[in-house]
Amino acid sequence: MLTAADWTAFGLTLRLALVSTVILLLLGTPLAWHLANTRRPWRPVLEALVSLPLVLPPTVLGFYLLILMSPTGPLGRFMEMVGGQPLAFSFAGLVIGSVVYSMPFVVQPIRDAFMGVGREPLEAAATLGAGPWDRFWTVVLPLSRRGFLTAATLGFAHTLGEFGVVLMIGGNIPGKTQVVSIAIYDHVEALDYARAHWLAGTLLAVSFGLLLMVHLVNRRWSGVRP
Amino acid sequence: MSLSIALKLARPGGFTLDVELDLPATGWTTILGPSGCGKTTLLRGVAGLEPDATGCVVLGDRNLQDDDQGTRIPCHQRRLGYVFQDGALFPHLTVAGNFAYARRRAADQGLTVQQDELLDLLDLGPLMDRHPQRLSGGERQRVALARALLAAPTMLLLDEPLASLDRPSRRAIYPYLERLHHWLKLPVLHVTHDLEEAARLGDTLVLMDGGRVQAHGRLGEILTQPPPGLAMGSEACAVIEGTVTESDDTDHLVTVSHGHGQFLVPDSGLPVGSPVRIRVMARDVSLAMEAPRLSSILNVLPAQVIDMHEEGAARVLVRLALGETVLLAAVTRRSALALDLAPGRDIYAQIKSLALL
Repeated sequence: MLTAADWTAFGLTLRLALVSTVILLLLGTPLAWHLANTRRPWRPVLEALVSLPLVLPPTVLGFYLLILMSPTGPLGRFMEMVGGQPLAFSFAGLVIGSVVYSMPFVVQPIRDAFMGVGREPLEAAATLGAGPWDRFWTVVLPLSRRGFLTAATLGFAHTLGEFGVVLMIGGNIPGKTQVVSIAIYDHVEALDYARAHWLAGTLLAVSFGLLLMVHLVNRRWSGVRP
Repeated sequence: MSLSIALKLARPGGFTLDVELDLPATGWTTILGPSGCGKTTLLRGVAGLEPDATGCVVLGDRNLQDDDQGTRIPCHQRRLGYVFQDGALFPHLTVAGNFAYARRRAADQGLTVQQDELLDLLDLGPLMDRHPQRLSGGERQRVALARALLAAPTMLLLDEPLASLDRPSRRAIYPYLERLHHWLKLPVLHVTHDLEEAARLGDTLVLMDGGRVQAHGRLGEILTQPPPGLAMGSEACAVIEGTVTESDDTDHLVTVSHGHGQFLVPDSGLPVGSPVRIRVMARDVSLAMEAPRLSSILNVLPAQVIDMHEEGAARVLVRLALGETVLLAAVTRRSALALDLAPGRDIYAQIKSLALL
């Protein structure tokens, strides 16, 4: 069975995934819109940057983030200047790490969805008197909702399963930065396979359930749009 | 009201659009030209959909664009109804939802259109709950037309609205367009590459090629004017406006009078008094020195040669005057020599077939 410490790790993991997903969507949407529409020369550079976390070992990413966030790093110094808490080994630091790490999983589906909307419905909306924001809310968003669902789920699920980056910048502080994946690692290290099983099994079930839901909803929505 | 356009645009591939045009912004204006001639780009420029098109667009007293003064009203504020080639209906909304989208934005500016009457006119009642994917091509274009009009535009722009339809569905839409045109009293700017469409619908004709306007004026005159009006090749034709004055029920023929004469045309069910347009292809008109006494050809009319235009090596296009009406006849150079055709010569035009548009 799950112990109180395991439940704490679970709560923390879910909170991290939720907060990260919200931030990912808020940042990823304008970024994806820019990537889908710009013809500027920096577009490939930006695309490569966003996709970097796909190929980099999480330890490399975590290492650089740790340096940025350390009290002598630029981000750490900035936080100290504005009188904030230090980021390294804190929940806020974990959120920053998760956002960077999961960004490609959010930006790519949204960008593809934006590109799939095409020019024509937007032009039609403009000729009917809809301004740019109006067009975004009433045409772009409804026509790319599958992309958003995929993005949100992938972002959430990917953050749930994150390990390396968290370990590098968050450490393993129970109740503060200890997420499920790290708790599992601890249990295995301590040869407590029973508790590892419970945690791992639950994470597996939750992740599978989430992905299954996405595919079911996508199948339902695909009837509305070819 | 008038529409004056002066637009320039250069594309990377080498295409340039350079158009200066003053049009009456009343009635139906058709822009006709081969594909790639820039007619759609011109229409998009008027609508404000081509950011790279620079110059000037003035509709009546509204300055839609004047790049010298830095004025450029964005597309969504120009209030020009636009019907795209394949409709561009919103796939996530039903037909009713598409209509509501247009109406709501018009209502925000205090404008309304009689929706019920419009839907009746276009027979759209039964389609309201459908999604665009479940409409036929013809239905889709009718919905697109209604949607554009429900936004209460000051002018209607049609971008090859019938090009994606097969000929029967195209023919089925013409009456709707005509009814709409009479009902609306809204100026229409219509782009097409199809001469039949232009001949049927247009009052004013603009001929375009290679990004430039070749000629423009009243449809009947432009089609029979010396090049480029005549430069339609095998499609060269004259369009004559007339009225049905008699109908013969035994032979199913109607008489169409056009001021200086009459034509006999197969009856298509039009009542006496209807205004009609007749298209006479140049290739369907032959010439004779004397009126044949017995012939299967019903329409043989005395005419006078205005002038002749060589078309390639073997063909001559002859312009004929039937009173003030101009007709075209395509004959071979050898026949022209044999008949000794010359301006002013009296001759008989035998019209093998004519089409009621």
